[in-house]
Amino acid sequence: MRAILIIVAGLMLPAVTWGAGGGHTYPDDRIEIDWDDKAAMQRGARTFVNYCLSCHSAAYSRFNRVGQDLGIPDEVVRDNLIFTTDMNGDKTKVGALMKTTMTPEYAEQAFGITPPDLSLVARSRGVNWLYNYMRGFYVDESREGLGVNNGVFANVGMPHVLAELQGLQAPQYKTVTDSHGNEQEVIVGFELVKAGSLTQSEYDKTIHDLVAFLDYLAEPYKQTRKNVGTGVIIFLFVFLILAYALKREYWKDVH
Amino acid sequence: MSEKQTGTGLMGWIDARFPLTKMYEEHLSKYYAPKNFNFWYFFGSLALLVLVIQIVTGIFLTMHYKPDGDLAFASVEHIMRDVDWGWLIRYLHSTGASAFFIVVYLHMFRALIYGSYQKPRELIWIFGMFIFLALMAEAFMGYLLPWGQMSYWGAQVIISLFGAIPIVGDELTLWIRGDFVISDATLNRFFALHVIAVPLVLLMLVVMHIIALHEVGSNNPDGVEIKKNKDENGIPLDGIPFHPYYTVKDIVGTVVFLILFSVVVFFMPEMGGYFLEYANFVPADQFKTPEHIAPVWYFTPFYAILRAIPDKLMGVIAMFAAIAVLFFMPWIDRGKVKSVRYRSGAFKLLLVMLVVSFIGLGYLGALPATETRTMFARLFSVGYFGFFVGLWWISKNENTKPVPERVQ
Repeated sequence: MRAILIIVAGLMLPAVTWGAGGGHTYPDDRIEIDWDDKAAMQRGARTFVNYCLSCHSAAYSRFNRVGQDLGIPDEVVRDNLIFTTDMNGDKTKVGALMKTTMTPEYAEQAFGITPPDLSLVARSRGVNWLYNYMRGFYVDESREGLGVNNGVFANVGMPHVLAELQGLQAPQYKTVTDSHGNEQEVIVGFELVKAGSLTQSEYDKTIHDLVAFLDYLAEPYKQTRKNVGTGVIIFLFVFLILAYALKREYWKDVH
Repeated sequence: MSEKQTGTGLMGWIDARFPLTKMYEEHLSKYYAPKNFNFWYFFGSLALLVLVIQIVTGIFLTMHYKPDGDLAFASVEHIMRDVDWGWLIRYLHSTGASAFFIVVYLHMFRALIYGSYQKPRELIWIFGMFIFLALMAEAFMGYLLPWGQMSYWGAQVIISLFGAIPIVGDELTLWIRGDFVISDATLNRFFALHVIAVPLVLLMLVVMHIIALHEVGSNNPDGVEIKKNKDENGIPLDGIPFHPYYTVKDIVGTVVFLILFSVVVFFMPEMGGYFLEYANFVPADQFKTPEHIAPVWYFTPFYAILRAIPDKLMGVIAMFAAIAVLFFMPWIDRGKVKSVRYRSGAFKLLLVMLVVSFIGLGYLGALPATETRTMFARLFSVGYFGFFVGLWWISKNENTKPVPERVQ
């Protein structure tokens, strides 16, 4: 009887709401990354080296690998993507890892923490999170020295590096009641208070391209992996037909 | 010497010095397996296949991996990016770890439904359980090596469990880690254990498992001993030589398995965060605890049992008991009938309860605990242990169906 009771309880499982919880974040949009759009990734790479690489490293990746994968010749990589110098003061070689010039000690002083390496950020955070995070900075005067906060990553130590492109936006709040009956103010929208050099849709596009590049950067061989996989699986299906025919032939005499 | 040399040529020369033909016959061409193996009987050979995949890919990974707290994480990314086909070798190994557990869990379930642990196969089952233990140790230590956040904190949580043991607990955790926290020392010794010590034990146990199996012969879905009915040559009437019949059949199983395996390796190597956890793409940081620490999916059923019990020591005991109780299956089950086909409805219900509980626990163990979830985890823990208690109880005088003389 107890067994039956437990089975019944088990079968009821899907009816129970597990509720993952999770706080409210804004914005909360989703994007698709088109891996065939190498131009978008190239634009993202440009944004990345111009705005991100001075503080964040991408130290598992190499400049020329990015160039090869995204169809950028070495000379162009050298002239347009590399702004750092090596230990001897010479321009960083194209085959070098994408390290930042900022020392960890300096970063610690400036931001309180070392800015994380971004090689794998698209795999640990996901592309949607990145897309929302980079569009989630808003004016918050209470934050000394930064003047901004983030709707996706509250109280993040990073300044709004792309403010010159996006401009500055102020949050619009709404009071909601959560599942425990507590009232709280959540951000439901942004209003532009200071224009940047890009329109909103241009900025969104820039961030989309940047995230596309980060997605590439996190798993540069993703496209190869899928291409090889398709071939492997087709081969295995052909093999399966032969293997099954062989098995049937042998098993004819088993009764 | 000369009378031993029956064959001629190279084989005769070898056979006079090493029992090659004898071994080939005993284990392949004249090993008579029941002719009625079904779907469930693929998983033994598949486990062997995954073991080979893990060893071969593991060897290549070791050529590029650096077991050093400062270099480990970067060396894995070096494998993924700079080593030719390194991404493939790494994904084969990481997917192989999960595949190993899927295959082994199904293999163990097969033993449960067809009574393969029953007399005279108790030792096969016990060797198998030791393989399962070694596999868990192997997987646990291997998971530390990428040196990501989940590697680090997962190991921290599991090792701290030993701290719940009275008196020696703290000393024991210190001894395991070789430091006060998980550190380079821990990484280095786990590497040694993962690539040498445990694989050696594992291989030895697999050999013992197979030797024991070939000594008594395979069980089958009817739970009938085929050796009871032999022809005039001493060959079981319901037996067929393993080679070629089951080799050609297992090739089909192997290819189907490889197709599914390839889908994961090439198209979803992270398996939605279950095979490779997202937090493990962040390097280990001993000052930053991840929001939610979850063990990899194959440990979650046992982890859920641990968390279901409020007292830490009792939780640890329950978790180890959940594994230990399996060792006693041959004696917990007092029934004479092996196969579920001829066993009672009560037995079938118990099996359903076990499966629902085990999957339920696995699901809950991967999620952060809440009140509702803990309540369900307790229910499923009772269901899990209830299987063994229930089996012991019902199997004494079980209402079974008549077992046929020959396989059907």
